Amino acid sequence: MSEQERGTTATPGGEQPPQEPSVSHRLWRELTTGNAMLTVLSVVLALAIGGLLIILSDPRVQQAAGYFADRPSDTFATAWQSVSSAYAAMFRGSLVDFGEYSVVRAVRPLAATLTNATPLIAAGLAVAIAFRTGLLNIGAEGQIILGAIGAGYIGFTMDLPVVVHLVVAVLGGVLAGAVWGGIAGFLKARTGAHEVIVTIMLNYIARFLLAYLLTIAAFRRAGRSDPISPYVAESAQLPRLFEGARLHLGFLLALLAAAVVWWLLTRSTIGFRLRAVGFNPHAATTAGMSVARSYTLAMCIAGGLAGLAGASQVLGTERFLSSGISGGLGFDAITVALLGRANPWGTVAAGLLFGALRAGAVTMQAETGTPIDIVLVVQSLIVLFIAAPPLVRAIFRIRVRSRGLGAPEAKGWEA
Amino acid sequence: MKLELRGITKRFGSLVANDDISLTVEPGEVHCLLGENGAGKSTLMNVLYGLSAADAGEIVVDDEPVAFSGPADAMAAGIGMVHQHFMLVPVFTVAENVMLGAEPTRGAGLLDVEATRARIREISEQYGFDVDPDAVVEHLPVGVQQRVEIIKALVRDARVLILDEPTAVLTPQETDELMGIMRQLTADGTSIVFITHKLREVRAIADRITVMRLGRVVGQAHPESTESELASLMVGRPVSLVVDAGTSDPAEVVLAVRGLTVVDDRDQLVVDDVSFDVRAGEILVVAGVQGNGQTELTEALLGLGGRVRGSVRLAGTELLGRSVREVLRAGVGFVPEDRRTDGLVGQFTVAENLVLDLYDRSPFARGPMLRHARIRSNAAERVGEFDIRAGSIDTLASTLSGGNQQKVVLARELSRPLKLLVATQPTRGLDVGSIEFVHRRIIAERDNRTPVLIVSTELDEASALADRILVMYRGSVVGIVPGDTERDVLGLMTAGYAPEQAFERAAAHPTRTGHPEYGGDGDEGEP
Ligand SMILES: Nc1ncnc2c1ncn2[C@@H]1O[C@H](COP(=O)(O)OP(=O)(O)OP(=O)(O)O)[C@@H](O)[C@H]1O
Ligand SMILES: [Mg+2]
Repeated sequence: MSEQERGTTATPGGEQPPQEPSVSHRLWRELTTGNAMLTVLSVVLALAIGGLLIILSDPRVQQAAGYFADRPSDTFATAWQSVSSAYAAMFRGSLVDFGEYSVVRAVRPLAATLTNATPLIAAGLAVAIAFRTGLLNIGAEGQIILGAIGAGYIGFTMDLPVVVHLVVAVLGGVLAGAVWGGIAGFLKARTGAHEVIVTIMLNYIARFLLAYLLTIAAFRRAGRSDPISPYVAESAQLPRLFEGARLHLGFLLALLAAAVVWWLLTRSTIGFRLRAVGFNPHAATTAGMSVARSYTLAMCIAGGLAGLAGASQVLGTERFLSSGISGGLGFDAITVALLGRANPWGTVAAGLLFGALRAGAVTMQAETGTPIDIVLVVQSLIVLFIAAPPLVRAIFRIRVRSRGLGAPEAKGWEA
Repeated sequence: MKLELRGITKRFGSLVANDDISLTVEPGEVHCLLGENGAGKSTLMNVLYGLSAADAGEIVVDDEPVAFSGPADAMAAGIGMVHQHFMLVPVFTVAENVMLGAEPTRGAGLLDVEATRARIREISEQYGFDVDPDAVVEHLPVGVQQRVEIIKALVRDARVLILDEPTAVLTPQETDELMGIMRQLTADGTSIVFITHKLREVRAIADRITVMRLGRVVGQAHPESTESELASLMVGRPVSLVVDAGTSDPAEVVLAVRGLTVVDDRDQLVVDDVSFDVRAGEILVVAGVQGNGQTELTEALLGLGGRVRGSVRLAGTELLGRSVREVLRAGVGFVPEDRRTDGLVGQFTVAENLVLDLYDRSPFARGPMLRHARIRSNAAERVGEFDIRAGSIDTLASTLSGGNQQKVVLARELSRPLKLLVATQPTRGLDVGSIEFVHRRIIAERDNRTPVLIVSTELDEASALADRILVMYRGSVVGIVPGDTERDVLGLMTAGYAPEQAFERAAAHPTRTGHPEYGGDGDEGEP
């Protein structure tokens, strides 16, 4: 490093604060430092393997392979046909269906994708913000359930004016989730109980709490014997964004939540504290930050975000409470946050991708008979590749860049 | 084994950390690498040890070019390394750590722990380490952890041993012992690449000296060169090795510590009824062999951990029982002993680290909002003022060189109005130029009438700065003596002799005159 070079960063007495690197510059750096690139490549790779599985599981291909020796071209042609039709169906089911006549009908698949993505984004953010504070929040599932109970209860029992009812119901859901998350945070902060174990247990408690509630009168729908709640009052429903699709205001709330989390993490003093605690609790303590309070706070925020996901499910998508209201969303949320690298906008992108896979899978199965499980396999493969960057690097022959001191440190013991 | 580096170049982005470096390590020699903080010494050693790949150049062992794709290759070629920052698994025992990466097995994949234990005891005995193979590493003092690192290399039959600032964390006595070990090793034909910022050690042990600056080799120095010659070669300008402290003018007592007692979480009494005062405009240095309660003493002052009894009054206000945050707010500057775990958040940028304990107050925050522009302009100022060598203020702290990390902590703690400065090993890992600078800053703080409490195991530092020296032994105060007390006396005090006895004994056996360090008398047992 030469003196001149340093001069550019060190402006003694600097009246003029140095400029932050421009957005495009940062984007470029992010893309080239490998993380974003690796994520994209992981998805591509997972889809490719998914394609292979589609081929292998297609009886027509198996048939054509039977006379491979005679006419190999047949096998390849059927294989190609099998994959392309399956993925095309998936595309039609998740983005646009060009075969439809009206614009609204054509983009209906996209609406389905966004609807699916809504709870994944909100709950993904719940996992992400906890992760940035150094906590593994496995409890999004339970927090979603509590959010749904809170929002649903307010939605179908209370009688409030139009806008107020919705606001109260959403806040009720957020609050219920926050309390549920906060319990785990508080126990961790106070007693050192590991948050993974506590949140897993809280998931069970939440599930059985919901099952119990659905047996008592206040939560039962009149005239039904199965565990299902009344519909939430119209005044408490998240309005649909357009006719003919389930997409509702909750999606915009999820995006708003992402913006808030982004602001919180990068622009606020709270986020600074949470990140410091997440990276190095010792240094945070020495700098006067309260690690215990940060844990509790982070888990409250996380719970609130998952609660929002629950509220959006019950007030927008389903409009009533049933025992399957979360249906494992809280676990997919972990994957989404991982795929989004615990970054708010990354989580949004990952939520959209998973929403699309879920929406497309249905169409794919309906149209081509390809088993829906293929999509689950693809999702799992994505996680696998994300978790094993060297594997992806090796496959795509990406040169390992010298990264931070982290590299030698991390490698020190692998040797 | 003869080792040659030819034209090694290593870049990090636009920063050239090593620029066409060539050097030769002859069998059985101690080859010293000297250079400022950030000159590229550790980077070069990481290349040599296979931890990172050079962008250009080659490594030649016994006239055969070799390529290392990882430390395993380097170890197989007979190169061992003890890092500036230890690479031990804290929850493993010594034996497990030593085995790790080269686990000896006894058929059927069973770990042969016994063999490793025996090997450790053998080496321990041979070189006078006092290491229990079954101790858990995180419970060991830093000095002993380092011996574990050395044992790790020796167990693997290293022919070239890289020691990256091994003495930074050692007590003078331990340093002497390490020098002894190094001599034994070189006598057996092992070569040693030795990095240190302590010029006295260089002069004592080096067979050959290579000086680096700004990523380049700027020359060889003769082991007979004086310390100031070495210093100016390294820094590129004349350096005053001993800062003139001027005259101090201590006034009223500002910090009054009374009956401070600390019991740690292992129920050990680590600070035992300690009382002392520090006056405005006075520097009190706490000396003593590491692990005699100094660290715990400073942590108690800051409100960190442990069960604490007694009283700590700063300008009349009780600090004990307050949170760390309140203590910092009361105007205490704190430099922790271990910069990497307690002083910095490695994954934060330099700019963020420079406001780690200031981020939520003016001018760096407005309400709940961070003011990034202020944080950045503050960083630019500090980086310039403290000469922190970082690619930019957005560089992650973990990628800084050891000395530059220390400078970040110092820059943060010394750059705000202070009512009390508490610093543990403030100049650990700094090059001579930076030490000069930091000492000046500390003296300026004193002249600003701030009471200063410094924990140091460096006698040079103690006598350069101290108005008074407090010696701790096994958690209690042995005595408080004037800053210009002779080293012999201090040495005896660190071994537990009361001041009067120490003065008497030192007068009776002036054996250690000329010995630059204190310590060394610990083996005479208790008074
Ligand atoms: N992984 C990395 N990424 C980016 N920059 C790095 C990395 N490792 C080192 N550097 C930079 O390379 C330069 C040389 O660092 P190095 O650690 O080799 O210095 P050093 O001579 O060992 O200094 P010290 O005496 O302080 O330990 C520094 O400016 C440092 O910031
Ligand atoms: Mg170094």
